[in-house]
Amino acid sequence: MLRAAVPLLGLPLAGAGITEEPTQEPGSPGEPPPGLALFRWQWHEVEAPYLVALWILVASLAKIVFHLSRKVTSLVPESCLLILLGLVLGGVVLAVAKKAEYQLEPGTFFLFLLPPIVLDSGYFMPSRLFFDNLGAILTYAVVGTLWNAFTTGAALWGLQQAGLVAPRVQAGLLDFLLFGSLISAVDPVAVLAVFEEVHVNETLFIIVFGESLLNDAVTVVLYKVCNSFVEMGSAKVQATDYLKGVASLFVVSLGGAAVGLVFAFLLALTTRFTKRVRIIEPLLVFLLAYAAYLTAEMASLSAILAVTMCGLGCKKYVEANISHKSRTTVKYTMKTLASCAETVIFMLLGISAVDSSKWAWDSGLVLGTLFFILFFRALGVVLQTWVLNQFRLVPLDKIDQVVMSYGGLRGAVAFALVILLDRNKVPAKDYFVATTIVVVFFTVIVQGLTIKPLVKWLKVKRSEHHKPTLNQELHEHTFDHILAAVEDVVGHHGYHYWRDRWEQFDKKYLSQLLMRRSAYRIRDQIWDVYYRLNIRDAISFVGGHVLSSTGLSLPSMPSRNSVAETSVTNLLRESGSGACLDLQVIDTVRSGRDREDAVMHHLLCGGLYKPRRRYKASCSRHFISEDAQERQDKEIFQQNMKRRLESFKSTKHNICFTKNKPRPRKAGRKKKDGVANADATNGKPPRDLGFQDTAAVTLTVESEEEESDSSETEKEDDEGIIFVARATSEVLQEGKVSGSFEVCPSPRIIPPSPTCAEKELPWKSGQGDQAVYVSSETTKIVPVDMQTGWNQSISSLESLASPPCTQAPTLTRLPPRPLGAEEPRAALDLLSDPRPGFAFPPSLAKAGRSRSESSADIPQQQELQPLMGHKDQTHLSPGTANSHWCIQFNKGGRL
Amino acid sequence: MGSSGSHATVIPDGDSIRRETGFSQASLLRLYHRFRALDRNKKGYLSRMDLQQIGALAVNPLGDRIIDSFFPDGSQRVDFSGFVRVLAHFRPVDEEEAGIRDPKQPEPLNSRMNKLRFAFQLYDLDRDGKISRHEMLQVLRLMVGVQVTEEQLESIADRTVQEADEDGDGAVSFLEFTKSLEKMNIEQKMSIRILK
Repeated sequence: MLRAAVPLLGLPLAGAGITEEPTQEPGSPGEPPPGLALFRWQWHEVEAPYLVALWILVASLAKIVFHLSRKVTSLVPESCLLILLGLVLGGVVLAVAKKAEYQLEPGTFFLFLLPPIVLDSGYFMPSRLFFDNLGAILTYAVVGTLWNAFTTGAALWGLQQAGLVAPRVQAGLLDFLLFGSLISAVDPVAVLAVFEEVHVNETLFIIVFGESLLNDAVTVVLYKVCNSFVEMGSAKVQATDYLKGVASLFVVSLGGAAVGLVFAFLLALTTRFTKRVRIIEPLLVFLLAYAAYLTAEMASLSAILAVTMCGLGCKKYVEANISHKSRTTVKYTMKTLASCAETVIFMLLGISAVDSSKWAWDSGLVLGTLFFILFFRALGVVLQTWVLNQFRLVPLDKIDQVVMSYGGLRGAVAFALVILLDRNKVPAKDYFVATTIVVVFFTVIVQGLTIKPLVKWLKVKRSEHHKPTLNQELHEHTFDHILAAVEDVVGHHGYHYWRDRWEQFDKKYLSQLLMRRSAYRIRDQIWDVYYRLNIRDAISFVGGHVLSSTGLSLPSMPSRNSVAETSVTNLLRESGSGACLDLQVIDTVRSGRDREDAVMHHLLCGGLYKPRRRYKASCSRHFISEDAQERQDKEIFQQNMKRRLESFKSTKHNICFTKNKPRPRKAGRKKKDGVANADATNGKPPRDLGFQDTAAVTLTVESEEEESDSSETEKEDDEGIIFVARATSEVLQEGKVSGSFEVCPSPRIIPPSPTCAEKELPWKSGQGDQAVYVSSETTKIVPVDMQTGWNQSISSLESLASPPCTQAPTLTRLPPRPLGAEEPRAALDLLSDPRPGFAFPPSLAKAGRSRSESSADIPQQQELQPLMGHKDQTHLSPGTANSHWCIQFNKGGRL
Repeated sequence: MGSSGSHATVIPDGDSIRRETGFSQASLLRLYHRFRALDRNKKGYLSRMDLQQIGALAVNPLGDRIIDSFFPDGSQRVDFSGFVRVLAHFRPVDEEEAGIRDPKQPEPLNSRMNKLRFAFQLYDLDRDGKISRHEMLQVLRLMVGVQVTEEQLESIADRTVQEADEDGDGAVSFLEFTKSLEKMNIEQKMSIRILK
């Protein structure tokens, strides 16, 4: 449906361009406007850019439409779809205008469409991988292309001699060699378009892709040499011309590379001084790279090689010099331009094929060419790989070879080159054009379509994306140095030796020259990985925060947004206010909405922010305000947090190293057990016990489940910094601990002694309402690597606090108290009147308290006991309401 | 140096070394020449000084540590078999060879584990089986450019240790070390082609 709509969509646009032309042409010059015209139609003045823009627009719209259906794009490569679309559009244009209006002009292609693609691929080329496989890439690019060109050309000539090609194809050996040279080169655009979607392993990709980029020099040379030979006529070609041809191979390739490197140097040097004019940094990158391309083109060197080398060479320094924003801009602009150019190329390729006036068909030639390029490609790959494997550490196996042979796609470069041929000199040009079109279409469509299933079927090693870890980065560097050192010891000047040399040279001279002083650091890869990890942490922290806050507000959304309250919120309010009246002597009765807000705020601050800040001794929860979030973000960017965490951990370890080192989860379980036991022994009123039991049971199950979840995920992800959905009882615990601690001393809360609230903590945090307040999203913010830190600190916290806690039986008497009621109050107090006085680090305070409380507070508790029992009995409904509330929230959170 | 080179008899214990390390005759011979070339005074063994005179090793940040790994247990000299044994870690892994290996025999020196162990002991200076934060910091100091401040280095070290540290003891054990690298193709990254 949608695909069918594309041509329709494109038709009026494309058609408009064509149909308006003839109508306006006679219009405007025919009758000169006598005076001031109110309305003037000036199509001619805008025609060219307008058409360009329209074409790009059509291509982009087509792209959007293709990607509406994921099924189609997962099966069919985009390049195929675009070519087909081009065919359809070309057909429509042909039908409307009666002549082929548009086609892929070689000039446009080489000057405007190709450079962005090559720059993009050169700039984002994984340089290490490229140089690691440089030998193989160069072999395939140079030897392989020469082999393909000569064998294909010669074989076609043989075919003609055998009489299988119709005699109307007037071509000699040189013509066929010329054709062979242009048809033999693997095309970077086509390869990139197809292989980007296939995701084969990096080595395979870089070899095929690197070959397609570097063979340009060979193709250009071969094409030019053959072309000039053809133009001279084979009789006049002398021996020196052959020598010149060989020499020009070196001139063109090395010259192109040199031009690229010179411009890369200039570019890097220029960006060193853009400190005050950051805004033009991206422009400089594009300008100088394009200048490199044009310069190479001007000197008839390999322009593709020039831009590739420019991108490859400058990237390291430019990336270090330009600002972060410029980096992003460069990246996106480059990708946009490249993808745009690629789209237009394929579409125009399709359109050009329609123009039947340009081509002439010969089945023998077409079929022969198709067979020969496939056959000789495969043969060449096998032969070269056999030789290469003698020298390669990791040999390329058979499957790799199959993919490499099959991945030799031809594309727009071949087409543009064949269009450039001079019909007067090459009489068989039309036949060559037709053959090239068929070959290009065949490789892009048939091979492009089948390569994915083939890769799947052969079980080619796919590329695995794993996030960089500091360890890997560091160890990789270590390995490099080790290998370089071993090569030194062995006395062999191999690859590692030279790489090491280069790195030292780069460090000593090049980087000094080309990089800003301030940029050195970014250059360092270990630092870079560290930096990026930190940024990712920060982003996901902030992102997770937003996520969790929405997740949190989800259950209470109805109460906030709708005037007509749902039953849940009604229930909530009633229970909340009722409990409030009852539990504590009222100071003010606040609305449920306020309370909810307070709860949310409290939780957001406590649960999400605290874990990072809590190690600051002076940190007070009362000070948490809006701008605290900003500060916190900055903090992460300054990478302080990690260190703080670590230092805290180490000090904590020093304190309680021998005491206990259980994993926090065990501690949690132990505590829970303790609670359960205490419950059983406590001799509560049966009713209470019942209620409590149910509550406890459900919640325990919950947390158990989550625990197992989290441990699983942890196992899975232990090698990376991955943010897992994890029920961090620790996080919550932390929030709760400090939260209620600060609540306690509040003078307004009269009857429940501070210690009551405190003792309630383990219960609360252990199983209580953790699921109530914290949706699973909240927990996403805890990076795995930090969890260990947290775990440890929690465990040390608990190790300090738990012995008295578990011993004190009183602590378990509190649960029957409706918790939901006190919690909001606590939060509210917190909000309404910040008290900076209580700024102990929770751990210390808690430790102190827990030591004292067992002796002093038990009587108090016991005094309170009747009161509480009374409360529970009279206000059972709020209690149950609370439990309902919990469950409701659970559901909400789970959803 | 002056050896004729064509016959293997010049190598003392050539066969047993070959069996132990898996080197081919040609590589062993090549290494032997190198050994003799490094051995300046024809002592028959190498001292630290001999290795330190290799120019490029002096600028290698890990050069000293690698030299040390040739001299285990504080010995001051390394003979040819010891020399080869260290280098055998970097022999490329032969797949067929790994397939038919007798399980009773000790793991070959160029196995993944032994390659990793070699790298690990470059970090683990005090040989306690763990890379402590301090040891990590020392390595990082060698590897990371001078522009990174000490404070930043420390935080990198913290993070690195934390990333790999699974049991929470604030240090990276060998097991954790291998785990942090399990995605990496060590056989490939820690091999030198010519050492067949």
